[in-house]
Amino acid sequence: MAYTEEELKKELETKEYEYGFYTDIESDTFPNGLNEEIVVAISKKKEEPEWMTQWRLEAFKAWKEMEEPEWANVHYKKPDFQAISYYSAPNKKPKYNSLDEVDPELLDTFKKLGISIDEQKKLAGVAVDIVMDSVSVATTFKKTLAEKGIIFCSISEAIKEHPELVKKYIGTVVPQKDNFYAALNSAVFSDGSFCYIPKGVRCPMELSTYFRINQAGTGQFERTLVIADEGSYVSYLEGCTAPSRDENQLHAAVVELIALDDAEIKYSTVQNWFPGDKEGKGGVFNFVTKRGLCEKNAKISWTQVETGSAVTWKYPSCVLKGDNSIGEFYSIAVTNNYQQADTGTKMIHLGKNTKSTIISKGISAGKSQNSYRGLVQVNSRAENARNFSQCDSLLMGNECGAHTFPYIEAKNKSAQIEHEATTSKIGEDQIFYCNQRGIETEKAIALIVNGFSKEVLNKLPMEFAVEAQKLLEISLEGSVG
Amino acid sequence: MDLKDKLISSFMAFENNVDVENPVHDVRMEAIKNFEEKGFPSKKEEAWKYTSLNSLQKIDFSIFPKEENTIEYKDVKRYFLHEIDTYKIVFIDGIYSSYLSETTHDGVDICLMSAALTKPMYKQVIDVYFNKVASKEESLTTLNTAFSKEGAYIYIPKNKMPKKPIEILHFATGNEAALMLQPRNLIVVEENAEVQIIERHQSLTSNEVLTNSVTEIFAAENGIVDYYKIQNDAPESSLIDNTYINQKGKSVVKVHTFSFGGKLTRNNLNFYQNGEYIDSTMKGVTILGDKQHVDHHSLVHHIEPNCESHQDYKGIYGDGSTGVFNGKIIVDKIAQKTNAFQQNNNILISDKATINTKPQLEIFADDVKCSHGCTIGQLDEDALFYLQSRGIPKKEARALLMYAFANNVLESVRIPELKIRINKLIAEKLGVNLGFDL
Repeated sequence: MAYTEEELKKELETKEYEYGFYTDIESDTFPNGLNEEIVVAISKKKEEPEWMTQWRLEAFKAWKEMEEPEWANVHYKKPDFQAISYYSAPNKKPKYNSLDEVDPELLDTFKKLGISIDEQKKLAGVAVDIVMDSVSVATTFKKTLAEKGIIFCSISEAIKEHPELVKKYIGTVVPQKDNFYAALNSAVFSDGSFCYIPKGVRCPMELSTYFRINQAGTGQFERTLVIADEGSYVSYLEGCTAPSRDENQLHAAVVELIALDDAEIKYSTVQNWFPGDKEGKGGVFNFVTKRGLCEKNAKISWTQVETGSAVTWKYPSCVLKGDNSIGEFYSIAVTNNYQQADTGTKMIHLGKNTKSTIISKGISAGKSQNSYRGLVQVNSRAENARNFSQCDSLLMGNECGAHTFPYIEAKNKSAQIEHEATTSKIGEDQIFYCNQRGIETEKAIALIVNGFSKEVLNKLPMEFAVEAQKLLEISLEGSVG
Repeated sequence: MDLKDKLISSFMAFENNVDVENPVHDVRMEAIKNFEEKGFPSKKEEAWKYTSLNSLQKIDFSIFPKEENTIEYKDVKRYFLHEIDTYKIVFIDGIYSSYLSETTHDGVDICLMSAALTKPMYKQVIDVYFNKVASKEESLTTLNTAFSKEGAYIYIPKNKMPKKPIEILHFATGNEAALMLQPRNLIVVEENAEVQIIERHQSLTSNEVLTNSVTEIFAAENGIVDYYKIQNDAPESSLIDNTYINQKGKSVVKVHTFSFGGKLTRNNLNFYQNGEYIDSTMKGVTILGDKQHVDHHSLVHHIEPNCESHQDYKGIYGDGSTGVFNGKIIVDKIAQKTNAFQQNNNILISDKATINTKPQLEIFADDVKCSHGCTIGQLDEDALFYLQSRGIPKKEARALLMYAFANNVLESVRIPELKIRINKLIAEKLGVNLGFDL
């Protein structure tokens, strides 16, 4: 990897690369509400070609006919889709003038995560007065990627610069009419990322969204499209461990992954949006559709650490279309206070000798509800399909809930499917053992939780894993009385 | 006229024949209202996602058999557990057959629902227990409630145990081209009492039969209930079995379901644990072929602390058969120290067979041990080779392995003769003669 420790350190210190790609759109916020005109206006604003506008309109038409899904095990006040503004210019105005004005609780969290002062300012929306030496780093990265022929840019840019690729692949894995939120996203997506790895190329670095676009402005309806051409490899990181206090209440993102023959995509997410306060007021609604398509011998691996959002509704899935393809799903979902998470995966086995692994760890504390919902489907032509699923839940306190809804459908006699689920609490003897050795209870719990989640944490890229570990600790703080 | 309309209009005729002064009348009226509103469940409902009743609704079932029919004991002897002496409650086309039955009032009441619903001496029990645990929301259960008239009534007072097991048999003679039956059973087991029951539905011809049965079981403190369901009906028969069990402290209820036959079988098995230190066990063996469909839908609701539940379902699916398992465990907030285990193992032996399984946990208490395991796989090729290398033909070797697979469930059958009978049924189903009983 042409990416040394030094560079990594530098990168972590100076996360200001956003400006490298930042497209300036001088505009006012659109009026609230959603209709065809708004969809056309969004498309126009982004200078999209006609086919894209039509594609959005098609999605909008479908969305109008759809109803908001109610099957998930979450309860919330439905957002009023006509009370949202579907386009607003990225907010460049800093929220605060100095760090002193920022919520001390937030700063405390930053400190625990070990985030540098400059980055803290950026994340909290404080005006950054020194222009950091970031552009050069970004350019170096860009150069390395360009040399390999890798395209990594915002989706709006891709629509303009690489329409043939976008046109060919967008909506192939998650069709416009897939579900309510995917349709909504297809109609109004604001921005997102696009990534194309050419044939046989191994992407030399972890691609991460947070050094690319202006984080603050894109949020609400993000659209990501990752294409790994034959024999290529990419590891993609999304999100950030630092808590983002986003004003947007509703997030409906769509992520499409396409792994062509022999390709491999590793997609890691850390989600830590505002979960609402201790009384359960506020917080982000996170309704995400993520799906990957595996061609022959391809592999897609989803890893996620979900600690934020008031309501999470997310099922990263794999369609194992090609023979010998592999799908993996590793997840940790932590809920505290009044958070609700309904998350899991779908593994659709279509090709022969396809394999899938599901490891899901749910941790519920406070008054939260944590659900695993998964589907393993083996179709009649999927000979020798193999699946292993494991769902473990950890309960802390007697006011939270853990739920498991695994669906298993097998239509082939050569299928081998195993599913295991357990629910338990942290053993008193384990805590006692730690206490006895001088580890205080709160630390002991962090230790045990880390051990519980190890299998998933191990799958995260190194720098993420360290932060995620700390994040788990912070998310569960005060949950043990 | 579709089945729903037919049922609703028949309800009027049905009500005219029964006593409208009876308090049960109101229960029936309430129930038909619910059914009228909800109708037959469709695949859109989560609980019926994998089982469709559409084709059944197209059949013109007769709801009241026109004439009584008798059958000779020798013709149906093989459906009885004739090796041992039992109490018998036998129905032919839904009508009680005193000739084939053996009931008793000696210390315990083993008799008929029709008597219990109308005679004043049973009123006290009916008032306390009838339609108390059965769902008032679920449409098929309320449909049965609306037409509840006949079935088995078993009341075991404190510290009693009937001298012998009880068999409940339903025969369909094929007098009607298509017949719908709605038996309603009530079983009350008082403190420290015990009972063993075997239930079987059997059609004697190839005419269509649809049975929508509801059984309510109440087990008081320290009560013990062993319930065996044998489902090996003709290929044209469908069964929807709704069983509701209310358990009090320290009671032990075990339900074994053996599903080998029938066109469509749906088992709704619901346990409600209203007390501490309760043990609930449900086990099942399912062996299917042809185009058979079996749906096991179970619920265990842990309401109080310190209880246990054990679930173990084994399925072997051949030909174009479909198996569904949907096991749900709910642990309430106060039900601390619950141990709930659920196991579902399946073997697919044909490419056209399908298995859909959904083991579900909903847990609101933290100090619990709950687990579920589910597997779908094949017979072990190595084991098969081992047996063949010792001179056991492939077919027998496969059967032997399947026996072993199902044996966990059979082990807990407490009536030895019944165990032998089930072994024979399994051998028959697998088409082998092993020459020994396991």
